[in-house]
Amino acid sequence: MEKFYKHEGIVAPLDRANVDTDQIIPKQFLKRIERTGFGEYAFFDWRYLEDGVLNPDFILNKPKYKNATILVSGKNFGSGSSREHAPWALFEMGFKVIIAPSFADIFRNNCMQNGLLTITLDISMVDQIMANSIKENNYLIKVNLEEQSIKDDYGFTSKFNIDPFRKECLIEGFDDIDLSFKLQDKIEKFESNRISRW
Amino acid sequence: MGKTMFEKIWNEHIVSESEGEPALIYIDLHLIHEVTSPQAFEGLRLQNRSVRRPELTISTVDHNIPTDETRDQEIKDPIARQQVEALRENCRDFGITLYDVDNSSQGIVHVIGPEQGYTQPGMTIVCGDSHTSTHGAFGALAFGIGTSEVEHVLATQTLRQYKPKTMQIDFIGEIPLGVSAKDMILATIGKIGTAGGTGHVIEYTGAPIKSLNMEGRMTICNMSIEAGARAGMISADETTFKWMKGRKFVPKGTEYDKVLEKWGTYKTDEDAIYDSKVQIDCNELEPYVSWGTNPGQVCKISDYVPYPEDFEDQVDKESASRAIDYMGLKSGTKIQDIKIDRAFIGSCTNARLDDLREAAKLVKGKKVSNHVRAQVMPGSTLTKILAEKEGLDSIFIEAGFEWRNSGCSMCLGMNPDILSPEERCASTSNRNFEGRQGKGGRTHLVSPTMAAAAAIEGTFVDVRNWGIE
Ligand code: SF4
Repeated sequence: MEKFYKHEGIVAPLDRANVDTDQIIPKQFLKRIERTGFGEYAFFDWRYLEDGVLNPDFILNKPKYKNATILVSGKNFGSGSSREHAPWALFEMGFKVIIAPSFADIFRNNCMQNGLLTITLDISMVDQIMANSIKENNYLIKVNLEEQSIKDDYGFTSKFNIDPFRKECLIEGFDDIDLSFKLQDKIEKFESNRISRW
Repeated sequence: MGKTMFEKIWNEHIVSESEGEPALIYIDLHLIHEVTSPQAFEGLRLQNRSVRRPELTISTVDHNIPTDETRDQEIKDPIARQQVEALRENCRDFGITLYDVDNSSQGIVHVIGPEQGYTQPGMTIVCGDSHTSTHGAFGALAFGIGTSEVEHVLATQTLRQYKPKTMQIDFIGEIPLGVSAKDMILATIGKIGTAGGTGHVIEYTGAPIKSLNMEGRMTICNMSIEAGARAGMISADETTFKWMKGRKFVPKGTEYDKVLEKWGTYKTDEDAIYDSKVQIDCNELEPYVSWGTNPGQVCKISDYVPYPEDFEDQVDKESASRAIDYMGLKSGTKIQDIKIDRAFIGSCTNARLDDLREAAKLVKGKKVSNHVRAQVMPGSTLTKILAEKEGLDSIFIEAGFEWRNSGCSMCLGMNPDILSPEERCASTSNRNFEGRQGKGGRTHLVSPTMAAAAAIEGTFVDVRNWGIE
């Protein structure tokens, strides 16, 4: 996994609540057997018109957000299915950080496995970032994972919470399976006491 | 202090635990399907890793296989075909049991686990699929995981998880006639919202829950994820044991008596404390219909499409307005005046034998409305065979339903069964997200009897007036 330490980038607002994984990556694109190739299909139904051209009305298609790497959205982001294709698609679309008032559990887990940082902030903070990103051009924020802080150039600052384990995994780029392999003897011990089920 | 059923199962499965870190828990049963597993196997291959306990992983094809007569041929869509082929190859290479399309044990992954007797009380069960919560109906801890986690389970037979919180949803009162388990869970999601259970494992309790059969309990646990929860559980009892007895992978003879004793211990102690608690009064329930684009946007069959202004919260107002627009509805329209184009009886929520029986009872001797295309996709091949033995197929066919093969099918439209833009569907599935059943398609979530009745009437209709016993 790519290491994540600090990130500075343009913010794109997706001002909707309950953005579900069926929107992030519709099912017709789940048929690939690779982890890549999903970026161009992210938000497909919103992003493209019938004939495959970009929908100029969809906010993420506005030239101003073309180089955005931070997505800010409404509550319960990523609800729905367990498809890890959703974070893969967002990552490939260029996002490194997602900020929202709340996330669905499996989605957040999946993001963390892929070096995509999810930050939960109070709704008033999220609204402020959202408003700035709409008002300003090239609205940038700086995310520092080590310090657990967010800043912009207009005086906005905030701290965020993240559990220490996930933080370390992101910063070090740890692979979960490698970490668990270190506990091999414990797994073996557990198995030797375990009654077989069927 | 006593423990909840969840805590008992959790504690029994801890392999390793240290302060401030997610615990490593052992996984008893891992289910896989073609869509969320290929990248996990690819990961194993790249790192030269093997599957630690191949006998604890069970595999089937369900998400993108055809349900029509082309089923036994090669899948036409080359990318879908590649995905199914990849699963076959992966199962072969890593020694995993696969219930392929021609096997009578094939079916939707959450239907076949219980049906074959793999799913048992006290187990930890995971699958790269959010509706894994279904298996919690047997007093198991079952939840959906992502593909990286699928790889982790394959490699280590364990999973890293933070301990979730517990929530009790306690049902009281009596279930009125014509109200089903589906209505109970739709009402619950309507009440607590699609994020109401986030971070929690829900345990459903109360006499109404205990009065449900296993199919109904599975429907309820299945949709726990629609309430945002990690998992849903119901403690095992006589109904559970009776349903399980004799199934292929359930122990037999004296072994059975032994496990029964153990299974009986997975119950919440009387003095155990849940982190939160919700109460639902069944006396207030009616059949429910979803009107919007998330499973929390539901109302009673006697209601009207709401006005966005009815909602207090600004976000809910906006969501409602967008949803009503997408669904092509008008606020103030009577739900019973909404005309449908399609009816779908299927999915891991509502395509088990008893769901089909309930729908068939209502359909018998009637005809599908001439502007409705109605389909039944049984949850598994075995379900289909058993239903045909009872003659349910002819009841549906005579009424004008299509009787198809098993698979996820129109629940998510990864195979050719999809809605056209603006087509309106009464669906027994679990998600009504924009485009879920096909781009521009409009999904209304209902119970099997409500879907069957809507197919016949051509509009939504109150099944309580249809003289069901
Ligand atoms: S039937 Fe629908 S919800 Fe169930 S596993 Fe298949 S796609 Fe998922």
